[in-house]
Amino acid sequence: MSVRTAIRAYPALLRTGFAAAVAYRAEFLIWMFSTNMPLIMLALWAAVARSGPVGPYSQRGFVAYYLATLLVRLMTGAWVVWELTMEIRQGTLALRLLRPLHPLVAYSAENLAALPLRGVIALPVVGILLWSARSQLGHDPFLWAIFPLAMLGAWLLTFLVMAVIGTLALFLESATSLFEAWLGISAVLSGYLIPLDLFPHSVQRVALVLPFRFLLSFPVELVLGRPTHGDGVLLLAAQWGYVLFFFAVLTAVWRAGLRRYAAYGG
Amino acid sequence: MIAVEHLTKEYRVHRRDPGLRAALRSLVRRRMETVRAVDDVTFEVAAGERVGFLGPNGAGKTTTLKVLSGLLHPTSGKVTVAGETPKERSASFLRQITLVMGQKQQLLWDLPPSETFLLNRAIYDIPRAQYEETLAELTSLLDLAPLLGKPTRQLSLGERMKCELAVALLHRPRVLFLDEPTIGLDVSMQATVRSFVRAYNERFSATVLLTSHYMDDVAELCPRVLVIDHGRVIFDGALGELVQRIRPDKRVQLRLSRPVARRDLEPLGTIVQYGEEAVTLQVSHDQLQSSVQRALTQLPLRDLSVEDPPLEEVMRELFARGARTEERALPATGGARSAQQTDGAA
Repeated sequence: MSVRTAIRAYPALLRTGFAAAVAYRAEFLIWMFSTNMPLIMLALWAAVARSGPVGPYSQRGFVAYYLATLLVRLMTGAWVVWELTMEIRQGTLALRLLRPLHPLVAYSAENLAALPLRGVIALPVVGILLWSARSQLGHDPFLWAIFPLAMLGAWLLTFLVMAVIGTLALFLESATSLFEAWLGISAVLSGYLIPLDLFPHSVQRVALVLPFRFLLSFPVELVLGRPTHGDGVLLLAAQWGYVLFFFAVLTAVWRAGLRRYAAYGG
Repeated sequence: MIAVEHLTKEYRVHRRDPGLRAALRSLVRRRMETVRAVDDVTFEVAAGERVGFLGPNGAGKTTTLKVLSGLLHPTSGKVTVAGETPKERSASFLRQITLVMGQKQQLLWDLPPSETFLLNRAIYDIPRAQYEETLAELTSLLDLAPLLGKPTRQLSLGERMKCELAVALLHRPRVLFLDEPTIGLDVSMQATVRSFVRAYNERFSATVLLTSHYMDDVAELCPRVLVIDHGRVIFDGALGELVQRIRPDKRVQLRLSRPVARRDLEPLGTIVQYGEEAVTLQVSHDQLQSSVQRALTQLPLRDLSVEDPPLEEVMRELFARGARTEERALPATGGARSAQQTDGAA
């Protein structure tokens, strides 16, 4: 599959993906509003912080953290793992494999195409964030400059990890339980439920080097202006290092999986 | 255009007995079995040929088509399609082929077919002029105009299959693999699909390899048939030749102006169907001339016709013979296609 074909086809893939997202608008909205865990956690921690700051977080600090978490989560979500496992089980992956375009390129476009609609939901979150917790946000232009790269890295990492686990359905009878396990660990170690700097030092040390941080916590840290310039660059490099690592893993797992592919059903 | 040499394809499948106990046992101890779906198959198809691929369910037809289209890697053997090795799935190979599966669809379910057409135009990088010309041609041949703007989920099965065919042929493939393209369609839609496939084959000199359970598809479309059973090719040749070989008898249809007693008909051949106004006889090739002559001179005939036996019957006979041979060759081994069994921990 040539890169040229992928680049030429990508706008059409995005357009079709957007049309599909619009067609599924009700389901899409329900999914978006079900991403409410950061708001629940915000309510909890804001209540705890009423009597005084928790670690580095005041009440406003928690507002800023969880709204930024919600924003990053909304804008970096993907669902390729569900699509892949379903299409492998039902044998419909075959139809994608017959086209002269890598199925993962098509999946990536379908996932990315939902971003404009997600943006519509994310905009009010940004508005509330700016209105209620502006003082807690970072003011360093350098960190804001690398923020889009960190968001792209977080989306790519989310997509690649999902794609790796989804591709494992070519080897396992079902990969979804594996993904549930990943989600469970990720909810804790990515900072989705609790800011990483509230964990004991031993847990923090582990969490800071695992890939989970780069899925969510790292972009949130940039919004809050936490890292120094040097740390920001280092973390960005580490995030993209993980992107390359999971890309390599995906390529290997995909190749090996296709050799075993049985194209079940019909 | 298609060359297959000693193709074998095996699957590893997990076997377990029904019931809770077997389910629990399979948690710790998994019985794996190697099933040979295609067994040392060799054949060639020339450019522009239309070949019917026949066989009972599970004979290996679809597996062969999937190997030929690059979806499955062969266990052994060599396969070449349009000068390329399918399992490499190179872009140039995929641009030359299409696989239409009657039970699967590539149309986007919630969007109108025209969206899938545009998407495929981009994916196959079809020049605009060629796209418009092909689409116009397909639209007129398949009468697609009223369907293009409706969401796919609102189309009937037949309408969907017409759009599936169109989207699969938009890039003008040179090789068509059609797996049960008429399944579930009514008789008139089946005829539409058949005449369309023939028109496409003639217009673009495309090679067609078709599987179908409807014998009419094969009889009308395919001058050559490949019969596969238990993963092996058991016949390769013209359809007429297959009929001759399996059921050399002819069917003599008699329409009578008044009833004739059975005993007066029995000397002419075996009675297949008996009625007061119509009778069908099965007559051997050697006896045909004399039987027809006697019928013409001795019976009160309104009409007489001589036909080959129905294809369904020929195929039933062929596969029944195959099964009998199989039983003799493999007494009580639990299936011919089980290449080996291994026990393994999960």
